[in-house]
Amino acid sequence: MPKDPSIKSILIIGSGPIIIGQACEFDYSGSQAARSLREEGIEVTLINSNPATIMTDNVTADNIYLKPLTKKSIVEILKKHKIDAVLPTMGGQTALNLAIDCEKAGIWENFGIKVIGVDIDAIETTEDREKFRLRMKELNVSVCKGKTATSFLQGKEIAQDIGFPLVIRPSFTLGGTGGGFVNSPDEFEKALTKGLHTSPIHEVLVEQSILGWKEYELELLRDNIGNVIIICSIENFDPMGIHTGDSITVAPAMTLPDTVYQEMRDLAIRMMNGIGEFAGGCNVQFAVNPETDDIIGIEINPRVSRSSALASKATGYPIAKIAAKLAIGYNLDELENQITKTTSAFFEPTLDYVIVKVPRWNFDKFRGSDRRLGLQMKSVGEAMGIGRNFQEALQKACQSLEIKRNGLGADGRELKNQEAILKSLANPSWNRLFHIYDAFKLGIPFKTIEQLTKIDKWFLNQINELVHLEVEIEQFTVDTVPEDLLRTAKEKGYADRQIAHLLRCLESQVHKRRTDLGIKRVFKLVDTCAAEFQAQTPYYYSTFDVENESVSSDKEKVVILGSGPNRIGQGIEFDYCCVHGVLGAKEAGYETIMINCNPETVSTDFDVSDKLYFEPVFWEHIYDIIQHEKPIGVIVQLGGQTALKLAEKLNRYGIKILGTSFEALDLAEDRGSFSRLLKDNNIPYPKFGVIEDADQALELSKDLGFPLLVRPSYVLGGQSMKIVINDQELESHVVDLFKDFKKNKVLLDHFLDGAIEAEADAISDGEDVYIIGIMQHIEPAGIHSGDSYAVLPPYNLGDFVMQQIEAHTRKIALALKTVGLINIQFAIKDDIVYIIEANPRASRTVPFICKAYQENYVNYATRIMLGDAKLTDFDFKPVKKGYAIKEPVFSFDKFPDVNKELGPEMKSTGESIYFIDDLMDDYFMEVYSYRNLYLSR
Amino acid sequence: MKDIFSKEAILLLKDGTQFKGKAVGKIGTTGGEICFNTGMTGYQEIYTDPSYYGQIIVNTTAHIGNYGANDDEQESGSPKIAGIVVNDFSEIYSRFTATESLQEYLFNNNVVGITEIDTRALVRHIRDKGAMNAIISSENMDMKFLQAELDKVPDMSGLELATTVTTTEPYFYGDEKSPYKVAVLDLGIKSSILKNMASRGCYCKVFPAETLFSEMKAWNPDGFFISNGPGDPATMNYAIDTVKEILNEDAPMFGICLGHQVIALANGISTYKMHHGHRGLNHPVKNLESGKSEVTSQNHGFVVDKDDLEKNKNVVMTHIHLNDGTLAGLKLKDKKTFSVQYHPEASPGPHDSRYLFDNFITYMNNN
Repeated sequence: MPKDPSIKSILIIGSGPIIIGQACEFDYSGSQAARSLREEGIEVTLINSNPATIMTDNVTADNIYLKPLTKKSIVEILKKHKIDAVLPTMGGQTALNLAIDCEKAGIWENFGIKVIGVDIDAIETTEDREKFRLRMKELNVSVCKGKTATSFLQGKEIAQDIGFPLVIRPSFTLGGTGGGFVNSPDEFEKALTKGLHTSPIHEVLVEQSILGWKEYELELLRDNIGNVIIICSIENFDPMGIHTGDSITVAPAMTLPDTVYQEMRDLAIRMMNGIGEFAGGCNVQFAVNPETDDIIGIEINPRVSRSSALASKATGYPIAKIAAKLAIGYNLDELENQITKTTSAFFEPTLDYVIVKVPRWNFDKFRGSDRRLGLQMKSVGEAMGIGRNFQEALQKACQSLEIKRNGLGADGRELKNQEAILKSLANPSWNRLFHIYDAFKLGIPFKTIEQLTKIDKWFLNQINELVHLEVEIEQFTVDTVPEDLLRTAKEKGYADRQIAHLLRCLESQVHKRRTDLGIKRVFKLVDTCAAEFQAQTPYYYSTFDVENESVSSDKEKVVILGSGPNRIGQGIEFDYCCVHGVLGAKEAGYETIMINCNPETVSTDFDVSDKLYFEPVFWEHIYDIIQHEKPIGVIVQLGGQTALKLAEKLNRYGIKILGTSFEALDLAEDRGSFSRLLKDNNIPYPKFGVIEDADQALELSKDLGFPLLVRPSYVLGGQSMKIVINDQELESHVVDLFKDFKKNKVLLDHFLDGAIEAEADAISDGEDVYIIGIMQHIEPAGIHSGDSYAVLPPYNLGDFVMQQIEAHTRKIALALKTVGLINIQFAIKDDIVYIIEANPRASRTVPFICKAYQENYVNYATRIMLGDAKLTDFDFKPVKKGYAIKEPVFSFDKFPDVNKELGPEMKSTGESIYFIDDLMDDYFMEVYSYRNLYLSR
Repeated sequence: MKDIFSKEAILLLKDGTQFKGKAVGKIGTTGGEICFNTGMTGYQEIYTDPSYYGQIIVNTTAHIGNYGANDDEQESGSPKIAGIVVNDFSEIYSRFTATESLQEYLFNNNVVGITEIDTRALVRHIRDKGAMNAIISSENMDMKFLQAELDKVPDMSGLELATTVTTTEPYFYGDEKSPYKVAVLDLGIKSSILKNMASRGCYCKVFPAETLFSEMKAWNPDGFFISNGPGDPATMNYAIDTVKEILNEDAPMFGICLGHQVIALANGISTYKMHHGHRGLNHPVKNLESGKSEVTSQNHGFVVDKDDLEKNKNVVMTHIHLNDGTLAGLKLKDKKTFSVQYHPEASPGPHDSRYLFDNFITYMNNN
């Protein structure tokens, strides 16, 4: 069937603020769907409370509502616009739940709205474990033995029937919240109580445990007439027992023979067809018994998911884009393959490379949390590596993580304590992958590793091979290492830095030796078809092979560095900025080149930049791309710390940094020089000092006076920052810091107790400064700016204070010779405005201000960085009406043991925006009245 | 066996292009037509499919050998390919039910192969230049020797191969008490076709390629099946004649791949050699009668001429390839004969098209 002509206007529901289990992958899906529908001439209305998204941009949708995701907001929108249909499958479980609520309240029916892309009954079937089990039984799909319990007693009886080990899965929770494995009756009671409490309907499934089985996922698309295709098969490196969001995953499936794979494919199609009739995307998870090849259906998600985002990036097939077209009536055979543009969209992508996704955790932000991985997702982001073989893809994913490793192994940081390694293998946490490597290196038998981890031996052997290769390389020096061996190491994904470690020389020496030998990176295309057809899409990855497919054009080019995997303190906001940087540079007439490794993002959509290199934001990869493409320069100020920290090396290698120079970036980071700059400009700042040991700290504290803010220099999101009030606390924290950050210096600032915090974002072209917005925090100073409620514009700062903020911002921006964006944070006490810090780059608050004022500041800033425009060329017309409140959102429910107190270290995972007309607003009054509650010491 | 991987090997194409890599399988020299298969699973099924006889297979998927080899997953008694070209070969495999590693399997079955090849570059080359003859050697790197061996490889166009791979003696497959009797003309049949027949209640008698119609008819079958197989269909007058006689008889007849081409030829519709063919597990085919589409397993270098078919009033196009619009299936208007270019038995590949076997049963039922 072609497009349904009765649908002219569609409402897309977003996923709201970023939380663990629901991250920026839904910005990817929402924005892709919106673009796809607008291509068809459909009016798109979008609701999402998360301002840091591309989907809520006027480049994406016609009508945008930055409103809370509630029935009230939906009714408001439906009253205002003539909407024909709602597409709730692009905004994760949040959007689906809201759609169900609206359905139950009769809202869709009242307004005559068609629900497209999903079947409400199908959601119920898939989310209600008992319904799911019954339906699967009808479909002749094997599932785990199990039963639902709605009471404690019932749960105990079921457990007695099935026997241990067991799994407890609460109904209707996100990312497996509240679930867990139970090995014995004494653990069971506590786990059951927790599960019943976590489920919003107080229902849990008590199920047979299939711990250690192989785990797979298939991504499906189906159209209205029942055509189904499998976009991607994904194999979990970590077997059953670890939430798929916390598992290292690989595509295509590596250890499945065709017989088992096709059986799984048949089951997946049967399951999708069996839960309801809808046109759209679907994700099915399976467990396979490694000894018998028996397959069990684990779960089915009738919507676009985290895995769909991964599958889209892994194969090049734009799942959300096509799913949106299917929702409005198209059939798969009527659409074209978006990559080749000559073949059909009805086909199954085939890969001639391997992708590995490794999750990124942030346990360091959640002191006291249970770091073991299990059924509940705990990671905050992910990185994907693409390679011509598994080992290369694995190394590239590890290089993308930014956890101070250069890949897997070969950096001298391995764990050598046998007991600790064995414990880690059996109790997986964020570092198990590294400990598997360490175990092989230490000579722990293969069988033992296999037994403790239950990881498939094909994967384990791949890691074992790496360890053997390293031993071989170590016998040589950079001058004697044979060409073959060096080439093998590069083909297996080793970074020059890792090889340098093995050869005991410098990274630059390895780079020189290998380039002299002609061992160079080549770039290959992600084309959905293993090169069977010519592809039009400029989506590349690097490898060490014979042929290079990336032709460098003679246009003027700009490289935009992305922000890598999401983590606390650096999330979707920076991807928003990167995307607008790309669009701005395109408008200025440049060929844009994006480098990023985060599969959840919009920046890694192949139709955002002119050329996408899906690569680690890691020096060696970036340098080789720059050597190949020869851009006029690199934009580093949009991709957060990830991009910014590469500025020094880019500068050293004579590569032009567009916008604010490296010297200025460095000056702002260096507390000593920056304070001198403030002093020279008569700008006040809290008394501070730099110390190198605890003795110095105690000495300095006498001069500065308590309370003191103690932190290592050069860190992200206030990592390890603490306020101390006496000698004892100071000593203990300083000793801790030097333990974790060995070569770093530690800063002590006098903490302005009871001060008010504010921050300003501005654009400067080096001559003029334009302040785009000033936000006042609601909580007093001491809570990290990312974790505090903030109001745009300030709600109770006097003219005198505002004048100081504006004057200081201008002075600092100019003194730092800022070209582009700058963010400055202030503490205000007794009507004096002190400078806490200045960051000459895009900040977390920039997208918020862009959305609140409906101005595309990142675009302006980019054109200024490029020298394409001056501030005077722009006619700023911010829409200033009422106030916009930034509300931080936390994922503490994933870490029940963690203290929920807030402090100088950031803990929130996302944010939402809330508009109020005046300060008498109930919501504001409530937040304001709680302002002192969460402050910790 | 370990040291075989350090042994150099070379791949030389007819147009002079060379790729250097490492040896896998048996040390030796082998020649054939080079073509690529884009499937990500099912290497053993591909290697043992008689339709690949005389061809060197490039597997585009990154890793080969991961799950070893298993006697139950063969499409015929032994590998039929001339050689393999892979990107990354796993000597260590993981599968509880596997009987040996792929290296052991290839070695024991005398298959010569080459690994550590930029298969993507090779595929792009074949995609642009077309399928051509090639030679792999892991025993002699001398260019003169290789060139001489390469010259000995026959051209696939005009090559008759079915009689080389067909059974020498008739044999039976399935349960004797089954409701249907199917006479199978073996042009290089895959065993999973027989499995699909047997599981639907067919008792099959498999006849050698050059069997005369009268001999097949003497068994008194309910239907005829013309199998897949290697080579150029235009050379197979013996089979074309047999099919003509079946058509005259108007018995239910089903043809797959080469069998489909032979049925077209028997109706005066020509076939031609494609630029580089269709080989993979993800080929989109639309059923023009139901309007639904299916993901199919394909392996063919020749195809039935669609324009020619459209001129023939007795034959109807039933299936079309969605990527390039080539003919994927046909049926006869007034007869009980239909055929498809692709592989409904899959193995390897998706099971979307198995309904065609059910259709065959319906044809026999209605007869």
